[in-house]
Amino acid sequence: MSIEFDNNLPIYLQIMNYIKKEIIIGNLKAGDKIPAVRELALELQINPNTIQRTFQELEREQIVETRRGLGRYVTSEESKIMDIKKEMAGELLGRFIQGMQELGYKEKDIITIVSDAVQEKDKAKG
Amino acid sequence: MESVLQLADVSKSYSGKLALKQVSLTIKPGKIIGLLGSNGSGKSTLMKIATGLIQPASGTVKVGGVPVGIETRAVTSFMPDQPLSEPWMRVEDAIDFYRDFYADFDSAKADEMLAFMKLGKKDRVSSLSKGMSERLQLTLTLSRNAKLYLLDEPIGGVDPVARAKILDAIVNYYSEESSLMVSTHLVRDIERIFDEVVFLKEGEIVLHDEVENIRLAHGKSVDEMFKEVFGE
Repeated sequence: MSIEFDNNLPIYLQIMNYIKKEIIIGNLKAGDKIPAVRELALELQINPNTIQRTFQELEREQIVETRRGLGRYVTSEESKIMDIKKEMAGELLGRFIQGMQELGYKEKDIITIVSDAVQEKDKAKG
Repeated sequence: MESVLQLADVSKSYSGKLALKQVSLTIKPGKIIGLLGSNGSGKSTLMKIATGLIQPASGTVKVGGVPVGIETRAVTSFMPDQPLSEPWMRVEDAIDFYRDFYADFDSAKADEMLAFMKLGKKDRVSSLSKGMSERLQLTLTLSRNAKLYLLDEPIGGVDPVARAKILDAIVNYYSEESSLMVSTHLVRDIERIFDEVVFLKEGEIVLHDEVENIRLAHGKSVDEMFKEVFGE
């Protein structure tokens, strides 16, 4: 596991997003065991309490579950994983729309630009 | 919650110049604290007072609720900015010296750390590079099962590889029941291992906060915050 951290943002949020992404793209699958706090702290050179907090937040969001005496696992509910995907896509979209609006684009123009860009990309792929 | 280290209104001066001005600070168990400040801000003075090596002019200092003295020295492991080992020693002599001196010295942990640090027991202390010497000092300091660890500038003057190794060792070998305070002015390289930071400027605490709070509330790294506070 390797993450390029941005020290300007809370580290626990960056690790949470990283783990969520790993789940969405399937590197971590439903029901997979996730590393222990110490192990991950050492690998990422991060304070163990920060990792602890990351896992607690992931548990609170029911993305990760603790099995007594066994460790932490990715949730086995596939629907939860779909939710994360939607949520992360929503965040990306929100940021994009806000940025475009700040540039002065109206809603209709944004839709046109996006659909044009998607078609361009399709063409480029051939 | 019980505090590991507590300073209340601590002042200290050297030949009329105030080094610490009414410093009050509470450190809870299980934390890695960055004590940050430019040269001469009072970091070493604060650590030496917490260790019991020098006496404050006024104020009270407690470790684990007990006023600093013989009892607290037994649970405080201090790594000074100058090596404690003698030039004639080999690494194994330095280990023996610490084992004889401190009842809480853990030989098994020391062996494990020596291997981790790639230090040979037969290596001469006087022939160690600056980076290897810092590794040895850290091994000696962290091999004690103390309540409070105080590391004075453990990464000053060592190259990035040795620095990474030292940070790895800190994360790996500190115990969760104790607290560890690291003084440094090299903030960027080390800020990810901190829970909290204390900014010490001209003998006064100007900021004490959780690092994630600084990032969340100000959208800034601790390093940027440091430059802002200490910039001239």
